[in-house]
Amino acid sequence: MQMNREDLLRAYRTMRTIRDFEERLHVEFATGEIPGFVHLYAGEEASATGVCTHLRDDDFIASTHRGHGHCIAKGVEVQGMMHEIYGRRDGVCGGKGGSMHIADLSKGMLGANGIVGGGPPLICGAALSAKIRKTGGVAIAFLGDGASNQGTTLESLNLASVWALPAIFVVEDNGYAEATSSSYSVAGSQAARAAGFGMPCTEVDGFDFFAVHEAAGAAIDRARQGGGPTMLHVKLARYYGHFEGDATTYRAPGEVDRLRAEKDCLNRFRARVTEAALMDGVELDAVDQAVADEIEVAVRNAKAAVMPAEADLLTDVYVQY
Amino acid sequence: MSKKSYRQAINEALRQEMRRDPTVIIMGEDVAGGAGAPGEQDAWGGVLGVTKGLLAEFGRDRILDTPLSESAYIGAAAGAAATGLRPVAELMFVDFLGVCFDQIFNQAAKFRYMFGGKARTPLVIRAMYGAGFRAASQHSQSLYPIFTHIPGLKVVIPSSAYEAKGLLIQSIRDDDPVIFLEHKVLYDTEEEVPDEAYTIPFGEANLTREGRDVTIVAIGRMVGLANEAADRLAKQGISCTVLDPRTTSPLDTATILECVEETGRLVIVDEASPRCNIATDISALVAQEAFGALKAPIRMVCPPHVPVPFAPNLEDAYVPSAARIEAAVQSVMVAQKKAA
Ligand SMILES: Cc1ncc(C[n+]2csc(CCOP(=O)(O)OP(=O)(O)O)c2C)c(N)n1
Repeated sequence: MQMNREDLLRAYRTMRTIRDFEERLHVEFATGEIPGFVHLYAGEEASATGVCTHLRDDDFIASTHRGHGHCIAKGVEVQGMMHEIYGRRDGVCGGKGGSMHIADLSKGMLGANGIVGGGPPLICGAALSAKIRKTGGVAIAFLGDGASNQGTTLESLNLASVWALPAIFVVEDNGYAEATSSSYSVAGSQAARAAGFGMPCTEVDGFDFFAVHEAAGAAIDRARQGGGPTMLHVKLARYYGHFEGDATTYRAPGEVDRLRAEKDCLNRFRARVTEAALMDGVELDAVDQAVADEIEVAVRNAKAAVMPAEADLLTDVYVQY
Repeated sequence: MSKKSYRQAINEALRQEMRRDPTVIIMGEDVAGGAGAPGEQDAWGGVLGVTKGLLAEFGRDRILDTPLSESAYIGAAAGAAATGLRPVAELMFVDFLGVCFDQIFNQAAKFRYMFGGKARTPLVIRAMYGAGFRAASQHSQSLYPIFTHIPGLKVVIPSSAYEAKGLLIQSIRDDDPVIFLEHKVLYDTEEEVPDEAYTIPFGEANLTREGRDVTIVAIGRMVGLANEAADRLAKQGISCTVLDPRTTSPLDTATILECVEETGRLVIVDEASPRCNIATDISALVAQEAFGALKAPIRMVCPPHVPVPFAPNLEDAYVPSAARIEAAVQSVMVAQKKAA
């Protein structure tokens, strides 16, 4: 799919928004003001953005504990997310879910997830729903290398093939599940696993937005046309700890600095579009500034916002009881 | 004897039992950490550092980092237990029970009965439970009633560091599957704990305080809150017994009934969802066996029947507090059983 200037600007803005959102949370979390567990997506922006730029609001994604990037790429409001992460009444989930449970069904975002491997079966269901209701929609599970070892994931690969579902499994392989390397925990390979369940798998450089965008576009087209499920094995890296507070002593010294310097997806995007003279640095700098302002406002508002009312504790358990 | 945290007490119990018995192994996600990684081995020692330091002494043959596959490794622990090992498998957050429940309740729990008494399954599953960490609905539950419901499982809920060490050693030496649930808010609490190994038998409630007016039965972290409430009530002239059952299966029904016979009033404090929890179970027991002794209706102090919320003010309103326990005790002091 060809991208015009506007598409490129939008993609860059999405990636920059995710990056700034996460780097700001890293700073704010350290002050102790943000409750609970926070898992940052910084470094992986090209994956969520490269996939989700192809999607409509009625296409569904299921995300993970590391979900902020997927949410932003799928169009969930940044302010509503920030409120949610601070546990505020006006958060997208009314302050009841927090970082690990951000969801917005109106945007096709089926939820971040506190249970690793929780998403892939749900995505089989969303894909089945699209197929039976003939919406032409697709459903996409984002999952980590760790989640690729979960029984729910392997069963979902099989089910998606058996039912020829318009489903895509995006394995975001950042090399670690918590403190465990995927070189230890993943037997065989993602591609061979996909092949074992009769679906194609594309290996993608997750630092390269354009590579993800192209591979995802092909898989999504195939799914929309009734061609069945695909796996994308996206290799990338997370810049921060597993969660905020993780000392990351299991990583090699200088590992992240090297990745930031040599492979960073935002730097690569900038270099690519400016070298091809599709955009100039001034335009991109203007995006950076606009995003910085947006995040600043979102944080300031969230800090000043009200908590949920105590009566909210008892609502939303059932539609009717 | 020395001051130890709940975390250290558990770590010491594991270390001492692994030294004593070479068939004891530990498995779970990042129980060491760093497997296959370029940096530090034993990088985590569990998410909250409870098993930290065991790798250096026992090596990767006995401290097994697992792939993210709870069904497979919890089931493997059950299979290993039935065939000569004494695995201590860590489920991290008890909420992850959802992923692997079949291996626990249809497999491990039932081997002995289904096989006509021929199997032994000396398995311990450790997991942390409870609210208070702002960890939201999928990382904060108190699921012990679900385990307690299953015949064949033993369920242990230590309320302090001393309790944790003695009960864990007992759990490891026990020949049945034991679910050992650690409250995440207690890990940094400290008290005097013996340096040597000791056991605390299952099914023997601990009388943490004796009083005349009201019996409070409290589970896990709630034991500390019940004692806080009892301190305040003492100043108001209300004298409470605070009973910690320690294990919900087996349950020390005899001691509960004895205490209720003495005080005639009962308040039960349970952090689990209020339907079909330990509080309802004990209420039914007392209503059946000690109805005549009751001077007032039984009161249960539990969270509301909702998932655990994220927002700090909502979570604080969710969890039973010392103030709510105090109010419940005051209410049973004024309430009278209606004449028949
Ligand atoms: C069923 C379940 N098991 C374990 C955990 C604890 N946990 C949270 S994230 C995580 C690692 C996930 O690794 P991966 O899938 O590779 O995603 P990444 O964190 O690298 O993005 C683990 C073990 C969980 N939340 N749910």
